[in-house]
Amino acid sequence: MPNLKDLKNRIESVKSTRKITKAMQMVAAAKLRRAQESAEEARPYTKRFNAVMGGLAASVGSSASAPRLLRGTGSDQTHLLVVMTSERGLCGGFNSSIAKLARLKAQELKSAGKTVKILTVGKKGRDNLKRDLGDAYVGHVDLSEVKRVGYVNAQDIARDVLGRFDAGDFDVATIFFSEFVNVVTQIPTAQQIIPASFETAEGESDGAVYDYEPSEEAILADLLPRGVATQIFAALLENGASEQGARMSAMDNATRNAGDMIDQLTIKYNRTRQAAITNELIEIISGAEAL
Amino acid sequence: MADTMQFDLVSPERSLASLQVTAVQIPGADGDMTAMPMHAPTITTLRPGLLRVESPAGNSDYVVSGGFAEIGADGVSVLAEKAIPVTEMTREHLDELIEAARAAQAAAQETKEEHHSLVDDATKLLADMEALGEHINL
Repeated sequence: MPNLKDLKNRIESVKSTRKITKAMQMVAAAKLRRAQESAEEARPYTKRFNAVMGGLAASVGSSASAPRLLRGTGSDQTHLLVVMTSERGLCGGFNSSIAKLARLKAQELKSAGKTVKILTVGKKGRDNLKRDLGDAYVGHVDLSEVKRVGYVNAQDIARDVLGRFDAGDFDVATIFFSEFVNVVTQIPTAQQIIPASFETAEGESDGAVYDYEPSEEAILADLLPRGVATQIFAALLENGASEQGARMSAMDNATRNAGDMIDQLTIKYNRTRQAAITNELIEIISGAEAL
Repeated sequence: MADTMQFDLVSPERSLASLQVTAVQIPGADGDMTAMPMHAPTITTLRPGLLRVESPAGNSDYVVSGGFAEIGADGVSVLAEKAIPVTEMTREHLDELIEAARAAQAAAQETKEEHHSLVDDATKLLADMEALGEHINL
């Protein structure tokens, strides 16, 4: 039987754990609001950009003059998986679900005889995939010093990816991130960025024929690399919001669990204390009766 | 004929302006152009430069870099990778931009000996930046 002192210590320690998780939950809630705001503010740009690119890509099509970023290299032998996760843990299944999706995809590609290369963004995913796919790592982007993800960060990653593409290191690039639906739902998502695919907006109806300055091809060649950065930026923002959402609900659960545990321990403490008192009373009474 | 049109200026990080305007002067890659209501639908890429917006409420200038402008039937939207209102523009900002352009040029010269266009682009960017600084008297 645990003695009273031990139980008391135990209750104190769980109480301080609860305080910490509660604080983390509130911090995550505040950060989530900010992350959601920046995701919201980035949306018009991404939407417009994709609409224009969709139109351009459709008109240039897959003709031989189309830039390689749109057309692809003509093969799909080597795949680059860009796995974007968080720098910090304690956010429930956020990192592991992204890593799981990436792992499945990598295994699928490998069994089809393709070569897989992995670029990790964020420490947690790197640690998570190291055992199975560590030999496929080609690079890592560290964002742990970054307080608030900006477009520059996305540009850096895009430059890295494009540099590898120009050097012929891979044929197809896919990014893995978590799409933010709401606080309790984040969907791990894979999105192909090279060759570029733009879902053509269904409202492409106004039928305006645009003049292009300079030529369509030149604009496309200028904008495609920016498109990669834009997509990565959007994914980073979604990821940021998802991470905070996942952390918030994970910490909410942890706080509740700690509360339950405190209740149980308190009952146990009270019972033990009562048992000790009863014991002492019995001893006193039976001592008195014996006289 | 409508004498104003919708104008939107958005950067990846936020939306900077959304208002009714009478004319927009765009620093296009092939030269400046002014878009007024009923302009023919055009898409042009941007060179780093000054974007001037004329609206009934007054004029405002923005420093923009990288991106494109879409002139459509219902208005003009400019998508710029970097956009800073001139009123918030400081010498430090410009120095930062010039520094970035200079670094890009150096990197281009170092790595891509065979890609002359890259070096030229970076050099042009640098020149554009410096011209811009003179233009807005910093």
